[in-house]
Amino acid sequence: MNKNLGWKVVVIVATLVVFVFGIFGLPQSWSGRGLLAALEDRIHLGLDLKGGTHLILQVQVNDAVNVDSDNALERLKAQLKSHKINYAEITKPDPTNNPEKILIKGVPPEQSSGLRSLVDDNLPEYSLASGLENTWTVSMKPQALAELKRRAVAQAIETIRNRIDQLGVSEPVIEEHGLGQYQILVQLPGVDDPARVKEIMQSTAMLEIRQSLGGPYPSEQAALQDHGGVLPQDSVLLPGRSLGVNQEGPMWYLVSRASAVTGRDLRNAEPSRDENGQPSVQFTLTNEGGRRFAAFTGAHVGENLAVVLDGKVQEVAVIKEQIHDNGVINGRFTEQEAKDLGMILRSGALPAGIRYLEERTVGPSLGSDSIRAGVTAAIIGMLAVLVFMLIYYHAAGINADVALILNLIILLGFLGYSGATLTLPGIAGVILTVGMGVDSNVLIFERIREELRNGKTPPSAVEQGFSHAWITIVDTHVTTIVSAVILFIFGTGPVRGFAVTLSFGLFANLFTAVFVSRVIFDWILNHKQRGEALSIG
Amino acid sequence: MEFFRNPNIDFLGKKWYFLAFSLVFSVAGVLSMLFWHGIPYGVDFRGGTLVYVKFAQTPDDGAIRAAMDRAGLHNARIQRYGQAANNEVLIDVSEKETGEQALDKSKLEIIHALESNAPADKLDLNNESMLTVKGYLLEKDPLHLGSDAAERYAQTAQAILDYRDKTKGGVLSSIDEVKAVADPAVVASLKDGFFLSGFSVRNVEIVGPQVGEQLRTQAKLATLYSLAGMLVYLAVRFEWIYGVAAVITVFHDTLITVGAFSLVNKEISLTVIAAILTLIGYSNNDTIVVFDRIRENLKLMRREKLSDIVNRSINQTLSRTILTAGLTFLTVLALFLFGGEVLHGFSFALVIGILIGTYSSIAIAAPILVAYQDWRANRGRQPVMVPADKERNRREKMKAKA
Repeated sequence: MNKNLGWKVVVIVATLVVFVFGIFGLPQSWSGRGLLAALEDRIHLGLDLKGGTHLILQVQVNDAVNVDSDNALERLKAQLKSHKINYAEITKPDPTNNPEKILIKGVPPEQSSGLRSLVDDNLPEYSLASGLENTWTVSMKPQALAELKRRAVAQAIETIRNRIDQLGVSEPVIEEHGLGQYQILVQLPGVDDPARVKEIMQSTAMLEIRQSLGGPYPSEQAALQDHGGVLPQDSVLLPGRSLGVNQEGPMWYLVSRASAVTGRDLRNAEPSRDENGQPSVQFTLTNEGGRRFAAFTGAHVGENLAVVLDGKVQEVAVIKEQIHDNGVINGRFTEQEAKDLGMILRSGALPAGIRYLEERTVGPSLGSDSIRAGVTAAIIGMLAVLVFMLIYYHAAGINADVALILNLIILLGFLGYSGATLTLPGIAGVILTVGMGVDSNVLIFERIREELRNGKTPPSAVEQGFSHAWITIVDTHVTTIVSAVILFIFGTGPVRGFAVTLSFGLFANLFTAVFVSRVIFDWILNHKQRGEALSIG
Repeated sequence: MEFFRNPNIDFLGKKWYFLAFSLVFSVAGVLSMLFWHGIPYGVDFRGGTLVYVKFAQTPDDGAIRAAMDRAGLHNARIQRYGQAANNEVLIDVSEKETGEQALDKSKLEIIHALESNAPADKLDLNNESMLTVKGYLLEKDPLHLGSDAAERYAQTAQAILDYRDKTKGGVLSSIDEVKAVADPAVVASLKDGFFLSGFSVRNVEIVGPQVGEQLRTQAKLATLYSLAGMLVYLAVRFEWIYGVAAVITVFHDTLITVGAFSLVNKEISLTVIAAILTLIGYSNNDTIVVFDRIRENLKLMRREKLSDIVNRSINQTLSRTILTAGLTFLTVLALFLFGGEVLHGFSFALVIGILIGTYSSIAIAAPILVAYQDWRANRGRQPVMVPADKERNRREKMKAKA
């Protein structure tokens, strides 16, 4: 009865090797410590095992919409005036809940077509609707509105990521969370003091725009010499970002002490091209920032401004004309420099306020305690099952135990290969897989016993046992995996870890309980004489 | 070795005892949910602030309560947590005080209140992180390493904190304890800039009301989809009455499990919901095994009463049912006893769930099938056809024609 056992055994051994590799990779050394280190490398631990902070933020997208509609309102006012269209009042009736709507009252009917063409020409993202008694509503088109909100979230994620990079957190997770609620998930392993992180996330990266008074100087001394040994009042020397040619240190610039505009006033900055087709950076300010900036630039046309980031001068640019809230910085940039500057400015700019919805912090002591508890429970549970199977099913119990251990190896190997995160409920899932996985073996063995009792020969009993139990095994595994998939869809971090290990474990079980167990039985049967009994308790 | 050699127990005959048993527990649970403890929603679902604190010495509940009152947190719930030897306390502030404007306001107030006798200019070594300790050592430079010290002090700081967290469970009683992993000069320097507050914050969970509501919705949807999926799968594999019987069974299991949580006043968190969904899967598995056997026997035992067939099926699968339940229960018991405090709600749900889930396949699902059959027969209609029955009837009709 040699049923090509050879290649089947090869398959099993190959699987074993492949998945052991999945668990450990290629360890530095084969000692206990080396293996442990390799294990820690391959298997990602969740926050509840590693310790760390988990935050859920909500981007207040209405802030971003308000900025855009504020700009639109100002532009409308200016255009209405220049086109001499009369109106009684222009306001935003509900900036909190409907920030995209602007109301204009009292436009005479004969000027309505002028108003319409004005809106079409100047505010392409807005649409015009008429209301009662000569009132008109200018509101953002739904598509443009949705796009603006989406961009606000994307930009917030980018900004937060940049800021968290400064902290040097290893493997942070920053991503959109949930469905359509403008929420961001931030996970920071190893950070157990969220106060500092939150400070850094919400603050700006100290961006300032100041008046540039002189420079670049090769050194501080040179700057002082130029001004007769004493710096002018209300000015300060700041190092530049770029190094001069053949220079050891940075170039120095003389800038005003006060800043005209800071990062708090920026809403966006994008690389673009100015009217001469040169790479430049286009930026948008808040209303308040715009007012101040207009005052500043108006008073200093033709002079230079300095863009200062974290106390270092990034660029010096010429003020060509008075700038309100929408401006262009051109300082003879290359395209890459314009891109970089845009990114720098953006990374200093949160497009909208953020509000915290959830905060969880697991201290590192709890993390390591949890690992210890989980692993202890797993080992005890597993041992209990292994021993019981031996006692109850005698030699066949060894069969089941081998299948179980292989099951575990495949499961952990899956985790290593897929990079899935192991959480504390995930460890519980491993324990549960052991319990539920052994069910398959029980189903098969009980059936074999029944067939033996009914007088079948061992080979026939084994055949019947496996074929009858197969359908039930598939049924039970499919229903549990469907449960696990639902848990994965609707669950959050730790629960997902549980769904993942349970699913992987059950898939592995389909292989070990049926294929591997069968191969072992066949191998045993091959080595039995005709009529010799099968040891199955 | 074999526990059940050819059992022949009349399970269906005992169905009134089973019903009584189930009723007692269900009603007790429901009464508790309505009038006594209610449904003990965890912080995940009701929102609020939870701070888990571990003390170096046995915590004085009175002093903690006084500190909370001083901070204005009069509704703080203070509770011992875990094994007594661990000196852990859970401080729970409801969601009304966890405003959305400053989500962590309550947490900061709690920690501040506990540190009430802190020296103003020192940092708390029991609650600071690696970066702070490293920064301090870098500044003070007790080992006189000069400018290249960053990496060295980072390692020292990490070693000190690992010792505090992994060996000492997160709380040091005296800064001298750190001598085990650090140079005496470093220890002396630490004593200058740090004090020990006598407690360490192990875990913090702050859930704003908006998220609480979202999670409630997610949990309900997940459960509903699970049940719907089950119903559909079983209706397809068997007949719709089997699906209905399974859903009622699972509902019964969930009711009793949640009732148990209410009776014992244990909190239902997200992981508990995961456990409940898992036990739905497990109970369903169990029911399917019995149904599979019933279906197989219906093909073989053509002339027998349905109740006899069902009884026989249950007896035949009894061995497997008890064994699987026992083995799974063993593993879950290991989790309950050794798996630690964090998983306690989860493992409690599974312990109860596995027992009830196994019981219900025999005591609830099977009798429902038979009861429905009898009800249909009494009303004079054809008994419900299982695919095997349909096939048998078709063949008999063809025989009659021929």
